[in-house]
Amino acid sequence: MGWAAIRTYTILVYLFMFLPVAVVVLLSFNQNQFGSFPMTGLSLRWFEALWNNEAVMRAFRTSVVLGLLTALISTTLGVLASLALVRYSVPGKNLITTILIAPILVPEVVLAVALLLFLNWLGIGKSFALLLAGHVIFTLPFVILVVQARLVGIRRDVEEAALSLGASPVQTFFSITLPLLMPAVAAGGLFAFTISFDDITGTLFWKPGGVETVPTQIFSMLRNSISPEINALGTVMIVMTVGLPLLGAAIARSMALKRGA
Amino acid sequence: MSSVQLDNIVKRFGAFTAVEKTSLSIPEGAFVTLLGPSGCGKTTTLRMIAGLLDPTEGDIIIGGRRVNDLPIHKRNLGLVFQNYALFPHKTVAENVAFGLRYRNVPKADITRRVQDALDLVQLPDVGARYPKALSGGQQQRIALARAIVIEPDVLLLDEPLSALDANLREDMRVELKRIQARIGVTTVFVTHDQSEALAMSDQIVVMSDGRVEQVGAPQDVYNTPASEFVARFLGASNILGGQCVAHGADGATLEVPVFGKIAVPAAKAPHLQGQGPAKLVIRAEKLFLRDTPPQDGAITVPATVEAVDYQGQSARYFLRAGDTALQAINMIEGRPFDQGAQVHLSIHPHDCAALPG
Repeated sequence: MGWAAIRTYTILVYLFMFLPVAVVVLLSFNQNQFGSFPMTGLSLRWFEALWNNEAVMRAFRTSVVLGLLTALISTTLGVLASLALVRYSVPGKNLITTILIAPILVPEVVLAVALLLFLNWLGIGKSFALLLAGHVIFTLPFVILVVQARLVGIRRDVEEAALSLGASPVQTFFSITLPLLMPAVAAGGLFAFTISFDDITGTLFWKPGGVETVPTQIFSMLRNSISPEINALGTVMIVMTVGLPLLGAAIARSMALKRGA
Repeated sequence: MSSVQLDNIVKRFGAFTAVEKTSLSIPEGAFVTLLGPSGCGKTTTLRMIAGLLDPTEGDIIIGGRRVNDLPIHKRNLGLVFQNYALFPHKTVAENVAFGLRYRNVPKADITRRVQDALDLVQLPDVGARYPKALSGGQQQRIALARAIVIEPDVLLLDEPLSALDANLREDMRVELKRIQARIGVTTVFVTHDQSEALAMSDQIVVMSDGRVEQVGAPQDVYNTPASEFVARFLGASNILGGQCVAHGADGATLEVPVFGKIAVPAAKAPHLQGQGPAKLVIRAEKLFLRDTPPQDGAITVPATVEAVDYQGQSARYFLRAGDTALQAINMIEGRPFDQGAQVHLSIHPHDCAALPG
């Protein structure tokens, strides 16, 4: 017993968690129709099949558009909300913060059903806009948490210096505050994109008929059969949701280095 | 360059009054210091002149124009902060050029004026670097360059030397004064450091608890304090409570413990109205310790040295004369007096100041 045992145990846990993912990635390059080891050869045929699968490509486009719009709206609202909460004395500040952060704490199913019921009550049907709104509500807390933390670290006197030099409050925001906030805005945007891209629970409730995102497409494909195409699609998802944030972090780091930080 | 006038300014934060009815007139080109302990309202006053705070009552007049309703970015002021407040994502040259971009200055002129400003603060070669690559003192010089390059009507300095270490602070003091004199800009300087105030100012405004205690030239404020607070805040003073027993055109005579009757010249007792309770202020460095009684008309009393604080060229003595504790700061000639030594303590009446009791 001791450290050796703990180490072994840890490795086993990680294997248990990540081996299935590795198998999916591996099998997506399999030449054979049936997923079995040893693999008989490498091939990109499933990616090709994916590329030619109109339904999957449509879902992919929907997911990307949805993710980008979610990221755009969430970061805009998140920056505005953070500014209001950090820089101004708003009555009921703590309550507002709690409400804005609440979607993280509420189970997603509850949130999904609640929004759906609320819009039914208002007589508004399911639409892409509703789906987008749901994703924004769900990703906004992440953006606010990241942006607020950064904004607190930006000294007020830097903004005051810009004002004293003749920049109007709006000019000060765009020339000083926003550039200094940019790392947090980018991180928040990436968060929002990957969460939106990855989301299935809320999406299943909110999506209008005929619209599929990548996760719901996989879900419905799985109901019929387990096609190797799904492995390829899974690999694409992994690259998108893991690779993008890593890429973002790398870019942020190289920018910081250039500034002599 | 403009004069600054505060006309019955009041600033309240809820129930708390940060600045009580204050009027102040700062002439064009003057270097005026707001001096006081933290919480005395000096920074609040500066921020009201800057336009970062709105006065609750009263008017702020810059260059003859009421600016209460003019937002900060239209006031044309240079502002320097304690923590430099340079823009970390811009190079030094971009920092200095920032204010010029909002003033329709042609590109070629911007480059030239930025270089002139960097030359003025004696950092001509750092334009391409980022603020982080500079030392604290260099960053503050850049902040100063950034504030003066726009040729502000008034330069506002909020404890600009406080974040620097001691040696650098004294160099920067001289430097700041040199630059201010060179460009002749009206300057309001906020500090809690009396030596900075005494060394740099044309006028010192001593503040306490949101009120102005005294306004005057450094020598006047130092030698003829208008209140006990000013006497205690600037330098080390002995303050003896007593009675004014005679008051006339040529001065006042005070009767105090230890020294008895002392005739204070009128110039050193301007705030004394007549006979009655009064206080005598004796600067610690005007109280002289002697082995033998001097023969120069000084008032001399015996005292005991209770403690000695050796400071190199001078020493600070804690003394007891009768029941009264006194302190003195004397230059050391030969060697300092020892603890427990019996000494002759002498003062000249013209070195004393009198305050109403």
